[in-house]
Formats: sequence, C-alpha cells, structure tokens
Amino acid sequence: MIAEGAETVVEIAELSRRFGRTVALDGVSLDVPRGVVFGLVGENGAGKTTLIKHILGLLKAETGTVRVFGLDPVRDPVKVLAQVGYLSEDRDLPDWLRIDELLRYLRAFYPTWDDNLAEELRQKFDLDPSARIKTLSQGQRARTGLLAALAYRPDLLVLDEPSTGLDPIVRREILAAIIRTIAEEGRTVLFSSHLLDEVERVSDHVALIDHGKIVLCDPLDAIKAAHRRLTLRFDEPLSRPPALLGTSRWEGIGHEWTTVCRGSIEEIHGRVTGVGARIVEEHTPSLDEIFVARVGSQQPAGVEA
Amino acid sequence: MRIHISPNDGVPIYLQIVNQVKYLFASGRLSAGEELPPIRVLAEQLIVNPNTVARAYRELERAGLVEKRRTAGTYVSNTGSPLALSERRKIVTERVDGLLAEARQLGIGVDQVVELIVQRNRAMQRLEGGESS
Repeated sequence: MIAEGAETVVEIAELSRRFGRTVALDGVSLDVPRGVVFGLVGENGAGKTTLIKHILGLLKAETGTVRVFGLDPVRDPVKVLAQVGYLSEDRDLPDWLRIDELLRYLRAFYPTWDDNLAEELRQKFDLDPSARIKTLSQGQRARTGLLAALAYRPDLLVLDEPSTGLDPIVRREILAAIIRTIAEEGRTVLFSSHLLDEVERVSDHVALIDHGKIVLCDPLDAIKAAHRRLTLRFDEPLSRPPALLGTSRWEGIGHEWTTVCRGSIEEIHGRVTGVGARIVEEHTPSLDEIFVARVGSQQPAGVEA
Repeated sequence: MRIHISPNDGVPIYLQIVNQVKYLFASGRLSAGEELPPIRVLAEQLIVNPNTVARAYRELERAGLVEKRRTAGTYVSNTGSPLALSERRKIVTERVDGLLAEARQLGIGVDQVVELIVQRNRAMQRLEGGESS
C-alpha cells in the first residue's frame, strides 16, 4: 500500500554506484512527485538505466537510499513491483511464449490486472494473440511490452528509452500511453529518453544526468525560464569565442556569436555591454539546446573517454 | 480544431496552443458557443502533457475567450467580439512589424510600403470582384 501522505513517489538520496573502476552514479539525489511525467535525459552511458534499475530494486544501493512509495525496492520487491509498470530498454520478453500465453502468465502475478484494459490495448495495438513473441517486429514487441506494463494499472509507470529503434507511429502510441496514464488522477510516469523534443512535449519535470551526476533537476518550465539563447554582436570581430557568461560553448564567427547561458536577461545585459557587445537576438532555448550547453560545459577536464 | 505544436521554436507549448486557438477564433474557424476538445483528448492528440493543455485553457479563460460550463466542458465565449477585435489587431500588428523590419532591411521606406499595401489591396479587390461576377 501507499505510505500515508506520500506526495513523493520516488525518493533518491546520495545514491552512488560503481561498476569496477567506473563510477556509474555519483551522489544522485532526486524526488519524483506524484502525478507528474518525469523525464530523465542524458547521453548513452550517463547512468540513466543504472538509476532506473535501482528504482526497480534490480540493483542494490551501495551508498545512499532509494525509496519507492516509501519502501525500499530491494527489501520489499513484491509490494513495490505490484505498483510499478516497467518497460525495459531492450524490451526483454519471454521469446518462447505466445502473446496470449504471456498475458495469462502475467495476470496471475498482478491482483490488479484488468482483462478489459488488456483486451482493449491488444486490439488498439493490433496484436495477434496467437503470435509467438520471438516472431514479433520491434514495434510489435514494444507494444506488447507496453501492454504488459499498463494492464494492471500501475501507480508508477517506468519506461527506459521507450522510443529507441521505433518508427514514428509506435513512438506516438507510446507517448499517447504516457499521456493517458498521467491523465488518470494520481498516477506517475518516469521515462528516460535521448529524444529531447519528445521529453519537452510530455514532461512536467526533467532531470539531466551526465557522467553519473545530476546536472539539472527541476520543473521543465523553471529549466526553460532559467536559460537564454543569445546572439551577441561585438564592435570588433573576434578571432576566437569570447570568454563570457561562464560558458565555453559559443558558435559564430567575426562579429556575431551565439550561446546558451543561464541568468536573467538584465544581468546578462550588464555583463555584455561592459565588453563592447550588444544582444541582437534572444530566445528561450529548446530543451535540446539547454542539454547541449549544460552537458558540453561539464566536460572541460578530468573526464576520461 | 487544428493545432500544430513545434517544441523547438522557442515559444512555450502552452502559449502555442493559446495563440493558435486565438488565431482560429479570430479567423472564424472557431465560433462562439463551440466546445473545445476535453483536455485529455487534446493532450493525447497533440502529444503534449495534459497540464500544458490545462494551462492553455486557463489562460484562454482568463483572457475571456473561453468559459467553463457546469458540465465541465470548455466553450468559446459568446461575449468574445470586443476581445476578438483586439486579438485580430494583435495578430495583424505582428505581421506588420515583420513586414516593416524586412522592408527596412531591403531599403524600402514606410511610404513605399503603405503605397504597396494600397496597390495590392486594389489588385486583390479586382480579383475578388472578377471572380464573383
């Protein structure tokens, strides 16, 4: 059962994890509030899947704590997993089963399994019950995995890179399923993706993870409001990017240089006019642009490939 | 109701919805008393977060363009006309600003722009008149 008054579905504090000498997660703290779509973004190998595996109790915290519905997913896997729907990145399903066999198998595990919903989704996704999972296309496989994760109406839906390798139609179906889930009062979605425009469309909250560290974790609106995309025009042409505004990521040539930076526009204005430049263009950047700016600027030193 | 969202154009998604609903209304493609799609339906159709659609609807309600009715539906207000005029002017103003900026870049003065507008208007009226007769 859900802990009393728990408005935070997932609570992670100071979580670190090593695989051999590689630091996969480094002091990660984040909270996933109830009823939101929480987007987890980061490059391949940044730690997204490792983080998700801790939430599901598939990995035990080395240091730090993980709580899902107020419970430790490693100590209480049955209680936690009964309320969590999960679609893994490689959509691992038992290949030797037929779709109807898989569904019969799963419904035995979940007291909240909803036959009507399962059948509705099966028809919607156009899945043949007698098809063997081994023979399914990538798209059909993803749909089957999604059906299996949704049919017991979990309070938390966790999707690891749900769009990878899928055509736009299946991608759209998966995103629509995320939206349908969240539209039902009190349910929560956590999904990881490297498709930033997708994350920007559907997320309330976004966490950006880079080399095992959380770089940003806020409501999407706040993230967008805290960043500006600027083009500066300098009185004199520059032969190299300006050393300004705390960012090394500049694009441009000669008089005009563009960057994404943090801070209020008044503050930026002050700093820019001091060095003989003026702002000629100013926008709210897309999440994609913020991602590139923030992940890039984290990399100057100490990172081994 | 046809709305198109582009997450990368720098305008927040809720504002894209607000602007396009206003535009649809101002251009007569949404009329007074018409029901807007329920939040979940539009969210699923546009593939955007339902809270984003809810925010857009709240914004439209605050602007007096739509109203919530007891049955929980959202409808285009009947009292929309004075607002519609200001909204219509706003849309045209944005276009005029763009036109003026471009004309200045190309070295065409305001007088010439005005002259061109009058000329084009005459040409269009001729065309429309020709068609209807």
